[in-house]
Amino acid sequence: MKKLFRTLVPGFLIFLVFVLASCGSSGTSGGSSSSGGSSSSSGSSSLNIAFLPKAINNPYFDTAATGGKTAATELKGTFKQVGPSTASASDQVTWINTLTEQHASAIVVSANDPNALAPALKQAMSQGIKVVSYDSDVAPDARQIFVNQANAEDIGRIEVQVLGKQLNYSGQIAILSAASTATNQNTWIGFMKDELSKPQYKNMSLVKVDYGNDDDQTSFNDTLALMQAYPNLKGIISPTTVGIAAAARAIESVNKGGKVALTGLGTPNQMRKYVKDGTVQQFALWDPGKLGYLAYYAAAALVQGKITGKQGDSFSAGTLGTKTVGANGTVLLGPPTVFSKANIDQFNF
Amino acid sequence: MKRFAFLRTWEALLVVLLLVAIVIGSSLSPYFFTGFNVSSLTRDLMEKAIMALSMTLIIITGEIDLSVASVLGLASVVLGAVWQAGVPLWLGIILVLILGAVAGLVNGLLVTRLGLPSLVVTLGTLGLYRGLAYVVLGDQAVSNFPAAFTNFGFGSVPGTLIPWPFVVFALLALLFIGVLHLSWIGRQIYAIGNNKEAARFAGIRVARVKLLLFMVSGLLAALAGVIFTARFSSARPDNALGFELDVVTIVLLGGVNIFGGKGTLFGVILSLFIIGAVRNSLGLVSISGDIQNIVVGVLLIFSVLGPNVVQSIQAALTRRHLAASSSTKKV
Repeated sequence: MKKLFRTLVPGFLIFLVFVLASCGSSGTSGGSSSSGGSSSSSGSSSLNIAFLPKAINNPYFDTAATGGKTAATELKGTFKQVGPSTASASDQVTWINTLTEQHASAIVVSANDPNALAPALKQAMSQGIKVVSYDSDVAPDARQIFVNQANAEDIGRIEVQVLGKQLNYSGQIAILSAASTATNQNTWIGFMKDELSKPQYKNMSLVKVDYGNDDDQTSFNDTLALMQAYPNLKGIISPTTVGIAAAARAIESVNKGGKVALTGLGTPNQMRKYVKDGTVQQFALWDPGKLGYLAYYAAAALVQGKITGKQGDSFSAGTLGTKTVGANGTVLLGPPTVFSKANIDQFNF
Repeated sequence: MKRFAFLRTWEALLVVLLLVAIVIGSSLSPYFFTGFNVSSLTRDLMEKAIMALSMTLIIITGEIDLSVASVLGLASVVLGAVWQAGVPLWLGIILVLILGAVAGLVNGLLVTRLGLPSLVVTLGTLGLYRGLAYVVLGDQAVSNFPAAFTNFGFGSVPGTLIPWPFVVFALLALLFIGVLHLSWIGRQIYAIGNNKEAARFAGIRVARVKLLLFMVSGLLAALAGVIFTARFSSARPDNALGFELDVVTIVLLGGVNIFGGKGTLFGVILSLFIIGAVRNSLGLVSISGDIQNIVVGVLLIFSVLGPNVVQSIQAALTRRHLAASSSTKKV
C-alpha cells in the first residue's frame, strides 16, 4: 500500500502540473497583470529586441552588443542579450523557446548550427516574432534577414594574401580554426584553400587544419603542438578571435615571435600587445560593434513593418546610412579592416 | 506516526522543492506556467531524463557511467552517416541502438571482467566514444533528415502539448519503476549497492547484473541520441557535449546515494523537473547560462548534503521516539 502510494504521488503531481499548465495557457492573456511587472515587454510593445549570441562572455559578441545598445538608444527601443555559457546549439534552442514565450518583438541570433536552430526559429516566426541572424547565419527559411559581417570570399582570401606577403610566398603554413563544424570558419577555409591554389602561392603549403574549438586552452595547446610537429612551420592563420589570441600567446611563450608569422581574425584590444611587440604584424576583422548596430536597425525595420526582408528592400541604418537587402535576404556590412601597428590605436573594441 | 513516514523522506522534500520552484517561477514570469512553456521545458529535458533512468540503476549498484553523453553523440553521428549513405532511417535507428548497447557492453566488460573502477573506465570511454564521433563525421554535420523524423523530435501528440519524446520517456519510466521498485531484479540491484559481498553470497550474479545495466545504459543513451538528432534535425559530433554531468546531477539531487544502495526513481523524476523548472524560470527572467550553472551547482551540493541532514533528523526523531517509548515502559 505504502509502495503504491509512493508510486502514485509523484506521478500524479507531474500529471497535475501538465493539466494546470494546459489550463493556464488559455488564461494567461487575461491574468498576467498580477505578475507582469517584472517583465520588460509589458506596456511598450514597440521595440523589444533580444540578441542571442553563440555564447555569452565573449568579447566579440559583447562588442556587438554594445553596438546593438547604441542603436536601441537611438531608436528608443529596448535591448537585451541572453545566451548559453558555452557555444552549444541545443542551449540556444532553449533560449529561442524562452524568448518566444516572452514575446520578444525580434530575435537577433548568431547560430551555433544553421539547421538545429531552424525549427525553433520557425516556431518563433509563426508567432509573429521577427528573426535576424548576424555573424553566423541560420537556414535561410528560418530568418527574415541575415546581416553579413563581410563577404566570406573577401575574408578567406585577404588572410592568405596578408600572410603570403609576410612570408614572401614560401613556407609551410597551418590553420587554427574554431569548432570543426563552425559554418563561418569552414566557408572561409574553403576560400583560403582556393586562394592558395593560385600560382603565386606554389611555394606555400598548407600542412594542417587544426580545430581549437574556440576554447582558449585547447587553441593554446594545439598551437604549441603544431609548432612541434612541423618545425619548419612559417605561418599560422587563425580565423577566430579566440584562436588568434591563444596562438599569439603560445608563439610568444616559446619565443618564436617573428619566426612564426600569425594572422587571422582578432579584435584590436585583444591583439594590441602582440602587434606592438611584433609577434603579429597584421590581422583583419570587421567592426563587430557596427555589426550589432546594423543588426539592431535591421530587426527594428522589420518590427516596424518598414521592410519585409525581400531583395531590394532598403532601410535607414543610422550612422551607417541606407542599407539594401540583397539576394537571400542578406544585408552586407562592408569589407573587413586590416589592422597593423599603424592604425590599431584608432580602434577600441 | 508510521502513516506519515512518507513526509519525512527525501522525496517529500523534493515535492516541496518542486512546488516552490513552480511558485517562484510563476511569480518571476507570467510566461512560466503556460502550456507552451511547460511543453518546451519538458522537451528540453527528455534526453537527459531517459539517460537518468538507467544512470539511477547504475549508481544504486555503486557504479557510474560517465560515457552516456559521448554514446549519445556517437549514436547521433552514426545515424547521420548511415542515413547519408542511403540506409533507410528505421534500419539506421536499429543499428545505432545496437551500437549503443555494444558501447555499454564494452564499459560493462571492462568493469566486471577486469575489475576496473567504473569511474575510470567510463571516463576513458567518455573520451573514446566522443573521439570516434569526430572520426565518423569529421567537420561535417548531417541535417537533411525527413520531416516525419524531425517532427517526432519537435512535434507534440496531435491535439495536445505533450511532446512525443515525453511519451517515450513516460513509457520507459513506467518500465524502469516496475523493474526497480516492484521486481526481484530491483531488489538485487539494491542488494548489490548495499553490500556487494553479501549479495554475492546470497546467490546474486553481481557481475551479470552490472553488465546488463551498462548495456541498458548504452542502449538508452543511443535512444536519447536518436531523439536528440530528431529534435535538432542535426547529427553533429559535439551533440550533447557535457550532458553526462547534468544527468549525474539529476540523479544525485533525486536522492540517489553516490555510494550506492539508496534512492528511488520517483526522487530522480522529481529532481529532473526541479532542475528543468529552475533553469527555465531563470531563463525567462533573462538570467544567462553562467548564473544558471551556479544555481544548479549549489543544488547539487545541497543534494549531497541533504540526505545526510534528513538522515540525522530521522535518527534524532527515532531516538526521541525510542526514548519516549522506553520511558513509558519504565513507568
